[in-house]
Amino acid sequence: MAFVWKRLLGTIPSLVGVVVLTFFISHALPGDPAAYFAGPAANADSIANIRTTLGLDRPLPVQFVHYVGDLVQGNLGRSLTTGQPVLTDLLERLPASLELSSFALLFAISIAIPMGVWAATRINGPVDHACRALVTVSAAFPTFFVGLLFVYVFYFLLGWAPQPLGRLNEIAFSPPPHVTGAYTIDALIAGDWPVLRASLAQLILPAISLGLFALAPIARITRAAMLEALGSDFIRTARASGLPVRKILMTYAFRNVLLPVSSVLGMVFSFLLGSNVLIEQVFGWQGVGAYAVAAVIASDYAAVQGFVLMMAVLYVLLNLAVDIFATVVDPRVRFEG
Amino acid sequence: MSLITLTRNAGYAFGENRLTLVAVIILALLALCAIFGPSIAPYDPLVTSATTKLARPSALHPFGTDALGRDILSRVIVATRLDLGMAVSAVALSFVVGLALGSLAGYFGGWTDRIIGRAMDTIMAFPLFVLAMGIVVALGNSVANIIIATMIINLPFYCRFARAEVNVRREHGYVEAARMGGNGPLRVLLNHIVPNILPPMMVQASLNMGWAILNAAGLSFIGLGVRPPTPEWGIMVSEGASYIISGEWWAFMFPGAALVLAVFSFNMLGDGLRDLLDPRKRV
Repeated sequence: MAFVWKRLLGTIPSLVGVVVLTFFISHALPGDPAAYFAGPAANADSIANIRTTLGLDRPLPVQFVHYVGDLVQGNLGRSLTTGQPVLTDLLERLPASLELSSFALLFAISIAIPMGVWAATRINGPVDHACRALVTVSAAFPTFFVGLLFVYVFYFLLGWAPQPLGRLNEIAFSPPPHVTGAYTIDALIAGDWPVLRASLAQLILPAISLGLFALAPIARITRAAMLEALGSDFIRTARASGLPVRKILMTYAFRNVLLPVSSVLGMVFSFLLGSNVLIEQVFGWQGVGAYAVAAVIASDYAAVQGFVLMMAVLYVLLNLAVDIFATVVDPRVRFEG
Repeated sequence: MSLITLTRNAGYAFGENRLTLVAVIILALLALCAIFGPSIAPYDPLVTSATTKLARPSALHPFGTDALGRDILSRVIVATRLDLGMAVSAVALSFVVGLALGSLAGYFGGWTDRIIGRAMDTIMAFPLFVLAMGIVVALGNSVANIIIATMIINLPFYCRFARAEVNVRREHGYVEAARMGGNGPLRVLLNHIVPNILPPMMVQASLNMGWAILNAAGLSFIGLGVRPPTPEWGIMVSEGASYIISGEWWAFMFPGAALVLAVFSFNMLGDGLRDLLDPRKRV
């Protein structure tokens, strides 16, 4: 357990850094929040008034203390567009985003790892070429463009997917009773099969278009790590001892893939949390990303800052989870750390 | 490396990898569009027309027209300058700033290294696209601020790369010799170390260009920076997106394809350059 505590302590500097940088972005940069809050019809007097009520005329260190005090109480300010506290807004929409990202990640991992292993065992085979093509394509295509292409092909041309307008066709179905906030899981809990089906149908396209981009780096690193493992002495010994291929691949070689994969997951999460915004925008998914985009368009300052802070904290926590996973799968990390 | 070996290597790399040659040709065409865009474009990219709204691709309008009747081909061509301009300036800025910060951190170590390292770790503690959004909103919604935001989220990669390269070379014999010769630290850095780390940094930069284009386009896709009616690929895709469900595919497809083409070419060029400079890293 000691190493888990050590990792937990290790996140403190990151969290402090996140808070300081978010504060710096929202208070110390030349953009004037008071002018935003005052709206387009403001004059110099009303802006100065708002500056005083927001405390923006005080010295930066004082403002920072107040900022941290507000954060500790969970006060991220009030959204201009919805009129609600930003934290309430964000927490309301977070399950939808997590549902989308988790399905995307699940899709990516369940395809990428078998693909990488297969590619490594048959270098220059069809799967290896597919793997390489995928890596090239995913590095060159914008996520939002792929999302739109999928809508065009699978909704307009083929008619397989439902209209890309949110999480559930609310005219035909009513959302399941709220437990987790993720429609698919709530429908499962309620045992409401038609709603489960309908919400899965809405989820598939956005999850796949997001997952495709997480797939490529995982497949590439799995392939590389697997190749390295297969070329090592202990695999040669295992082969020479006549162990079955399946056991060599799955038990001996594959274990060595888990550590590199977990180290690339940090990058994948950074990507997923960022691209979520774009994909939610494309598919009308009512998550935190779409909320942030609406806030950006309305210059809803507090809402955007709250969103950035929440995503950063989430990202730090995900990295912590990845670190702990790495120490569990590979004891070497424990001793080095 | 003499010019002859360089050209021979270039010939080898191109012969080996035709894709690099294709990428160079595409990039040359894109550069032409970026420089001469407004004079090549068949129509004025801003002129609307009520009679040709959402016209299918035809001989008159090879890429069709958008919801306001503007010629999409002209808009795609004219947008090249803005899209490549944003990405090139962002990458150039992070290259210079990252090289400076990274070299200082790598050469002096100690507190300089710790402070710069901590700052870069803090940037990396954010999901990068989200951080870029926050920066643009805070700085104000403009193209210049898109460039600054893209520069900031790229900075850690250059900074860490330069730091590592400088750190390795700090104790090399020729650097010791330069120091013995009475050169000050800045002089040693600028004249003896930095020239050696420029080539690998350039490869890094060209591999990074595609990502910078995607980032800038993503920001303008969600309505940051570029304002309509300015032609820009990201915002054109977003404008065209509304007409997909009624089957008007050309309005989002062509600007999107232009983005893909540009990013793909930069990635291929980066791979080619890497092969040229460091054949060992080829996978």
